[in-house]
Amino acid sequence: MSYLTQMLGLAVQNFLSAASGIVVVIALIRGLARHSMNTIGNVWVDLTRVTLFILLPISFVLALALVSQGAIQSFDAYQEATTLDVTSYETAKLDADGQSVMDEQGNAVTETVTTQTQTLPMAPLASQLAIKMLGTNGGGIFNVNSSHPYENPTPLSNFLQMLAIFLIPAALCYTFGRMVGDTRQGWAVLATMLLLFLPFAIGAMYFEQQGHPAIAALGVDQSASAWQAGGNMEGKETRFGIADSGLFAAITTAASCGAVNSMHESYTPLGGMMPMALMQLGEVVFGGVGTGLYGMLVFALLAVFISGLMIGRTPEYLGKKIEAYDMKMISVAILVTPLLVLAGTAIAVVSPSGTASIFNPGTHGFSEVYYAFTSAGNNNGSAFAGLSANVPFYNVMLAIAMWFGRFGVIVPVLAIAGSLAAKKRIAATPGTMPTHGPLFVILLASTVILVGALNYVPGLALGPIAEHLTFISAY
Amino acid sequence: MSKKSLSMFDPALVAPAIVESVKKLDPRVQWRNPVMFVVYTGSILTTILFVQAITGKGEAPTGFILAITLWLWFTVLFANFAEALAEGRSKAQAAALRGMKKTVIAKQLEGTKYGAKHFPVPASDLVKGNIVLVEAGDVVPMDGQVIEGVATVDESAITGESAPVIRESGGDFSAVTGGTRVLSDWIVVKVTANPGETFLDRMIAMVEGAKRQKTPNEIALTILLVALTIVFLGVTVTLLPFSIFSVAAVGAGSPITITVLIALLVCLIPTTIGGLLSAIGIAGMSRMMQANVIATSGRAVEAAGDVDILLLDKTGTITLGNRQASQFIPARHVTAAQLADAAQLSSLADETPEGRSIVVLAKQQFNLRERDVHALNASFVHFSAQTRMSGVDLKTDAGEKKLRKGSAEAIRKHIEALGGAFPDEVQQAVDTVARRGSTPLVVAENNKVLGIIELKDIVKGGIKERFAEMRRMGIKTVMITGDNRLTAAAIAAEAGVDDFLAEATPEAKLALIREYQSQGRLVAMTGDGTNDAPALAQADVAVAMNSGTQAAKEAGNMVDLDSNPTKLIEVVETGKQMLMTRGSLTTFSVANDIAKYFAIIPAAFIATYPQLSALNIMQLASPNSAVLSAVIFNALIIVVLIPLALKGVKYRALGASVLLRRNLLVYGLGGIVVPFIGIKAIDLALVALGMT
Repeated sequence: MSYLTQMLGLAVQNFLSAASGIVVVIALIRGLARHSMNTIGNVWVDLTRVTLFILLPISFVLALALVSQGAIQSFDAYQEATTLDVTSYETAKLDADGQSVMDEQGNAVTETVTTQTQTLPMAPLASQLAIKMLGTNGGGIFNVNSSHPYENPTPLSNFLQMLAIFLIPAALCYTFGRMVGDTRQGWAVLATMLLLFLPFAIGAMYFEQQGHPAIAALGVDQSASAWQAGGNMEGKETRFGIADSGLFAAITTAASCGAVNSMHESYTPLGGMMPMALMQLGEVVFGGVGTGLYGMLVFALLAVFISGLMIGRTPEYLGKKIEAYDMKMISVAILVTPLLVLAGTAIAVVSPSGTASIFNPGTHGFSEVYYAFTSAGNNNGSAFAGLSANVPFYNVMLAIAMWFGRFGVIVPVLAIAGSLAAKKRIAATPGTMPTHGPLFVILLASTVILVGALNYVPGLALGPIAEHLTFISAY
Repeated sequence: MSKKSLSMFDPALVAPAIVESVKKLDPRVQWRNPVMFVVYTGSILTTILFVQAITGKGEAPTGFILAITLWLWFTVLFANFAEALAEGRSKAQAAALRGMKKTVIAKQLEGTKYGAKHFPVPASDLVKGNIVLVEAGDVVPMDGQVIEGVATVDESAITGESAPVIRESGGDFSAVTGGTRVLSDWIVVKVTANPGETFLDRMIAMVEGAKRQKTPNEIALTILLVALTIVFLGVTVTLLPFSIFSVAAVGAGSPITITVLIALLVCLIPTTIGGLLSAIGIAGMSRMMQANVIATSGRAVEAAGDVDILLLDKTGTITLGNRQASQFIPARHVTAAQLADAAQLSSLADETPEGRSIVVLAKQQFNLRERDVHALNASFVHFSAQTRMSGVDLKTDAGEKKLRKGSAEAIRKHIEALGGAFPDEVQQAVDTVARRGSTPLVVAENNKVLGIIELKDIVKGGIKERFAEMRRMGIKTVMITGDNRLTAAAIAAEAGVDDFLAEATPEAKLALIREYQSQGRLVAMTGDGTNDAPALAQADVAVAMNSGTQAAKEAGNMVDLDSNPTKLIEVVETGKQMLMTRGSLTTFSVANDIAKYFAIIPAAFIATYPQLSALNIMQLASPNSAVLSAVIFNALIIVVLIPLALKGVKYRALGASVLLRRNLLVYGLGGIVVPFIGIKAIDLALVALGMT
């Protein structure tokens, strides 16, 4: 893509997509904060304010900070660089229409390509990079995304990028608390997100540090020592090592960002399952800007519904009764994504055009497809890159998953917002379930885990878990 | 109404319930419950697969398909049984009520006055507005209002209360209910209901569940259950392609069978709560009936669970109906015994409860016995609205003695007219007593004040603890009284209510309810009088006393047949119990799925990936026994939980957090653990029976 397309097309989308996420969550919060009202705000006013007062200033500062670390920002022509190694790789052979070529058995034909040159765009990158992270958009100028030295030059830039991903999703929790007039509510949601995030982040780092049994079998030393970070370094930058890669992977999948600084495909089965599972929780662990919080609030409504019944009252959240209509919309919002992911994966694994793009056999191949639809349905964007997704079949299927995964949730969320805004607010009494204590945090976290687990565990069992168990028994 | 409560699994209920549960296999009945309809469809599918298997081309061993099929049908039948059992109990209650609907020949009047000619008409032909005469021994033909006369009525058939009650025209005791019997005198009744709309009809319709509509929370919960069912439908349906791919990729095993998929689906969808949901609702209404409360809708009962303000009338609810003498406070130079003596004499002929309590107190404190009235040569002066005093005139040797008792102002006027003076220290004592919330009665002999009798409102025993309980539940109690602020404040403090409304008028009550509602609170109240009707109509939950007027009963959304205002508290608890039972069983049902995944997923894919046996943490004997154990557990748990569904989860008056933690522990954590144990046990049993 040309620099102009990048700047006019993608940068604008990066801002607007982030802004629209925030606008939706603000509408939902207004629904909770207001009472007996017919409106939940004006989208144009909110879009303008969010872009002008939040996204632009922070992006500007962040871009400068990244430039100071060495991220490029220029309009120079593409540079041809000669690499030290000759690289040869296999790629699916495409016919004139861009379709994979099949042999008689219906398997994709691959061809081997070798090259010793690399084309380097000298793009206006830092300005894109800032909003890519801040807006949890994730699409980088380089194919390898934030593992490229131009895009992520130093450990500090790496840290700034991770910080930028979580910045707005986390801050919105506080906004939520302020807007409903009780900051404890916001802290509770933030605490829940943190509680959910930590085990997965630690898990991703831990499983990667353990190294890969198949690599160990080749006699490679994967132990940490003074000379190396150790662990499974396939697909990771030596500059970042295990900890920064694992953490980045967890953050980018928790936050529906999709920028990567290591290749998730090459993770150990369980290490790779962590980013996948984080997405499957519905991108609510911090989640995308706005999208994460509204997703989490929908889960909060669900958690409150069941627990409200358990204490013998009509369930209510922040003084708003949750009734049949709201329950209908909550169900739609929570149902849409898993159904898209499951149905998409199911169609892909039994149709020839779906299986043709799978790079690895068996369980890992299944994981590739499962990850692709998980990522698209949850609007993440990261991938198990072994899957050749740039074929018409996957482009169409994933685009459908992406479109419905985003708007299929936004529409019911706005419906809930409107319905809540019109309700009366019920006064809190000792008989009201408090939604700011540790009990609620645990309850909310359990609800998120339970919904995620019930939907995705069978698929995970056939993908990463089976793969892991196979490795254990094989080595 | 029959108060006989049948035990949970009374054979008289179980036998018809079993028949009924087979009848409920009609698809039109099943369709009403989406979750169970899925099980029903699954059962039909496996039956077809079984038929296919015996004709030779089975996808799995015939015996296995048969076992799964049978247990799926049992699952449906067990859910039907739970519903039938709950309905059976209601039907028994309805039958008892219907027994009361005898064919009565009414005496319809040609005019509207007593004495007009009457002619016989069957009660079923009476319509609204007809005037009937009911004489001693007659059964009241229809619900109506007394427009003339006074009579004692035996309402035990409706209320279970054996003491007859008085019904008279005008005032708050003018409503009569069809099916009750007039014991003495006569009344002229204007019919206020058309055939089929009477109180008895409404009761019968309600307990039979004919008009039972789903309550708002029940609808919302059903939506959630349907959503969960769709989720699991998605999960199980997509497992087939996943399995086909895996088998093709590994080249081992065979794709998951439809039978196992259906078994997995049925195990995962919330059948436990889905199967018991309607039973819980029916049982809730039936519990209200046992408490002798008729709710116009399930919605009202459910709303009772949300109430956070209770408005309670002081008299009859918080205090016993009557004040009682509690203390004699003599004036200067008078002994308490002298005062008691005078007070007793002046009250001998006073038949009011207050008067009697003075005599009792005098006897208790000073051992003053009742005296022979004739020997005293006394002439009694009865209370009149003009003098506002009562008393006695005694002719003794020392001249005439005029003993009077009455309110401070009345006595002051009385003695000042006789040339006496009202002492200041007595006036102070009067004020002190009033501030305590008691009523001072001043006793005078001729023109001299002897002292004060303190009449106290007696707060009902145990009511304070009840209010403390309410407070823990987050419910605020507000006392409503016509007393002045001082008196009201004192009683409110003694009874432990949170707030009070003194000098209450109907308008003030209505305004108070509106104010609370605008603060976002749900208000419940009890009432009986016509002047309560506007407030009853405004309140979110309104319990009208059966002894009250027709207007009050129509304004309320519940009628308490026992006319016991404290019943409101039980109503609130029943409402909460219904919601809690639903919530707890839903949590239990969903939590069960974790164990079922551990049972079925390894079993379903072990042929393709033998390594998945590591997930078989229950060490179930074989894939087939694992699937079968999960299905059997899923069916049996419905039966095991029927008593809980019918009785309801025990309600404890605790704060929301404590209650939630407790129920989460029992039904959430319990729901995770129990199936692991249950499935393992069933698996062991299957192995022991050689059915692997």
